[in-house]
Amino acid sequence: MITSIKSVELTQPNAGRPDGVWRLLRGHTGVLFGLVLIAVMVGAALLAPWLFTGEVTTMDPINRLKAPSGDYWFGTDMYGRDLYTRTVYGARISLVVGLCVMGLSLTIGLFIGLLSGYLRLLDAVIMRIMDGLMAIPGILLAIAMIALAGASLTTVVLAITIPEIPRVVRLVRSVVLTIREEPYVEAALTAGTRLPKMLLRHILPNTVAPLIVQGTYVCASAIITEALLSFLGAGIPPETPTWGNIMAEGRALFQVSPWVIFFPGICLALTVLAINVLGDGLRDTLDPRIARRM
Amino acid sequence: MSAVLDISGLSVRLPANADRPHAIEDVSLHVDAGETLCVVGESGSGKSVCAQAVMDLLPRPHLAPVAGNVTLLGESLLDATPKRLRALRGERMSMIFQEPMTALNPVMRCGRQIEEVLATHTEMTPAERAARVREVMVAVNLPEPDKLIHAYPHQLSGGQRQRIMIAMALVLEPALLIADEPTTALDVTTQAQILALIKRIQVERQTGVLFITHDFGVVAEIADRVAVMQNGNLVETGETRRVLIAPEHDYTRMLIAAVPSLEPPQRTLITASHVALQTRSLAKVYGGGGLRRRRREVHAARDVDIEIHRGETLGIVGESGSGKSTVARCIMRLVEPTAGEVLLHGEQIGHLSARALRPHRRRIQVIFQDPYRSLDPRQTVGSAIMEGPRNYGLSREAADARTVDLLSLVSIDPAARGRFPHQFSGGQRQRICIARALAMEPEVLVADEAVSALDVSIQAQVLELLDEVRERFDLALLFITHDLRVAAQICDRIAVMHLGKVVETGPTAEVFANPRDDYTKRLFEAAPGRGWQFGRIQSEA
Repeated sequence: MITSIKSVELTQPNAGRPDGVWRLLRGHTGVLFGLVLIAVMVGAALLAPWLFTGEVTTMDPINRLKAPSGDYWFGTDMYGRDLYTRTVYGARISLVVGLCVMGLSLTIGLFIGLLSGYLRLLDAVIMRIMDGLMAIPGILLAIAMIALAGASLTTVVLAITIPEIPRVVRLVRSVVLTIREEPYVEAALTAGTRLPKMLLRHILPNTVAPLIVQGTYVCASAIITEALLSFLGAGIPPETPTWGNIMAEGRALFQVSPWVIFFPGICLALTVLAINVLGDGLRDTLDPRIARRM
Repeated sequence: MSAVLDISGLSVRLPANADRPHAIEDVSLHVDAGETLCVVGESGSGKSVCAQAVMDLLPRPHLAPVAGNVTLLGESLLDATPKRLRALRGERMSMIFQEPMTALNPVMRCGRQIEEVLATHTEMTPAERAARVREVMVAVNLPEPDKLIHAYPHQLSGGQRQRIMIAMALVLEPALLIADEPTTALDVTTQAQILALIKRIQVERQTGVLFITHDFGVVAEIADRVAVMQNGNLVETGETRRVLIAPEHDYTRMLIAAVPSLEPPQRTLITASHVALQTRSLAKVYGGGGLRRRRREVHAARDVDIEIHRGETLGIVGESGSGKSTVARCIMRLVEPTAGEVLLHGEQIGHLSARALRPHRRRIQVIFQDPYRSLDPRQTVGSAIMEGPRNYGLSREAADARTVDLLSLVSIDPAARGRFPHQFSGGQRQRICIARALAMEPEVLVADEAVSALDVSIQAQVLELLDEVRERFDLALLFITHDLRVAAQICDRIAVMHLGKVVETGPTAEVFANPRDDYTKRLFEAAPGRGWQFGRIQSEA
């Protein structure tokens, strides 16, 4: 009994206090590195038309497969399109897919997870459905959905979101299962608090920290999956430049002109690294108990 | 006699952002061979830090010794090499912890855990080790040692686990045994056996024992000398009898005076008022059911018949697993009773649906044990108190006015209602919980071990507050506790529970003076320090 109280006292002071969290975050080099890189990528995506880029689809057959130079910073592809322009615009798709998948899967997963964790009858049914979803390989499900609904940004986002939902549901449910046993939840119950208020007021706030951390991992993995789907030719239609599409087109020629694959590949790797490092940093600061265990 | 352990002028620094510069400051103590020194103090007094400093278990670099000396049998410990310390731990000094379940490795058989100590420190052959393990298990009175050698920790009871810990600590016959609250997590009857065991071993083997506790009852049972600590300072040391009868320091006097006496004060029995809450053959069975195979059933409560009158305090006393909390939770309808009735002013509420129950919820309110977990860390205390009344339709202004009134009633500045729970101490939080319960204007108040997590001095204040609000609001108070001293002081009547059944009920004074049931007798005999009248010492500031 007494030991448990001591440990609570030690972890309590900064929990849930924004000023404390920000102070800790600033001191974390990984977080700074991740934030700066992500800011650069987001900036490039937003300001793409003003960053010395040309037309995405302009072909220039005379200048095909030119190596990187002062005129073509990242070189050109087999149709003579400027790879720098295409890579910068490609960042838009990657980031949009990452953010949309993150937002959608967290929202839906949070809602299902809260209900599933708190209402025992629903739990058995929901978790069996989630188990079923988890048994299907994500990529396979995505390819099947795209085959059915046709390739578009929306389909890709949905196809990546669905396999992520069970993971979020499990996380939220596990937090809810521990919080619902807390005496303050029981005290609220005896004070006549109704279900919606109980979930929103007493249980939801406790799931926020692990959710933010999970969100970064979902975002990073969605960006990779999108690139993978495009690379396989099952993603966004090939006329739109995405990092995966550019790499797919350069695949056949990569021994002759490796820069076609190199630059989008580097951007993809750096973005995913930045997001993951940010996630680790957030985990260390927001949830020190998990951090110590990992 | 020569000193086994000698601590002189020891100071341990705390991190820069702590509430005081040192965890312990200029502490000097010594433990002689064959003597038990009890270090007593409230939480945060630094008593555990002393033990950790000796064993070199301080969480460095956050806590580090900055001054003083610690010598064990003449050998300085603070500047010993890690290798030397490792050899000394186990051979010359060893430690028993509070929670035997977490101190033992859950995936290692008990015999193996004791044997590991021998394998690390001695050159014994496997056969010699096995014989020695068996011998030490017999020495700590473990039943069927041949069977328990092969058992995993979770297969043993709490008392047996603590005996395994003691066996591990004693297998190399160390000169110094450090016991950090070794009986705090145990039931009274088990505690009495463990204390007797430590006492016996200490006399037989002339071990020096440094015993850390917050419980003066335990001190009276086991200590030869006592050292009292307050906020990291040693305030008083002396012979046990002398300190308990004639404490010199004001703080010691206050602490001892705050220990509730086992002798119930005179109380007039309340029988005239009508019954507020009654249970009839209340029962709760956990487990059972199962699709293909019937799961094991646990009868947490059986045939419980209790009744509480308005303005009366009924205590339910029992050890862990006796079913006292289950009864409270059935009454609160936090769990569904399996059978029997719960009557609130004659109305049956035991089996109402959630919807039908809602109007009755406000009539029974609860105060939980752990003040750190009973308040939502992300909700201001004001809004926690207002939540209930607001749920039942009280306007914001009226609820806020009620919050202000109640906070003043429980002696918390109402201006602090915008603060969060972590800004309050344990005792203050428990007061806030009382205010929250009262905000619902209940008829029955259930206090489930409500003062068990508090230090004695704060415990006394909270008990006084509970008694005061019971009288003022004419509440029926159901007081659940494992602590006989607390029960003696606050309850009008008590019900003793054992293995899910009420074995004895009656007016407190009567039950304490003439217990009829065998179990009740055993329970009272096991109460530590029952021969001492702690409450009699007057606290004079």
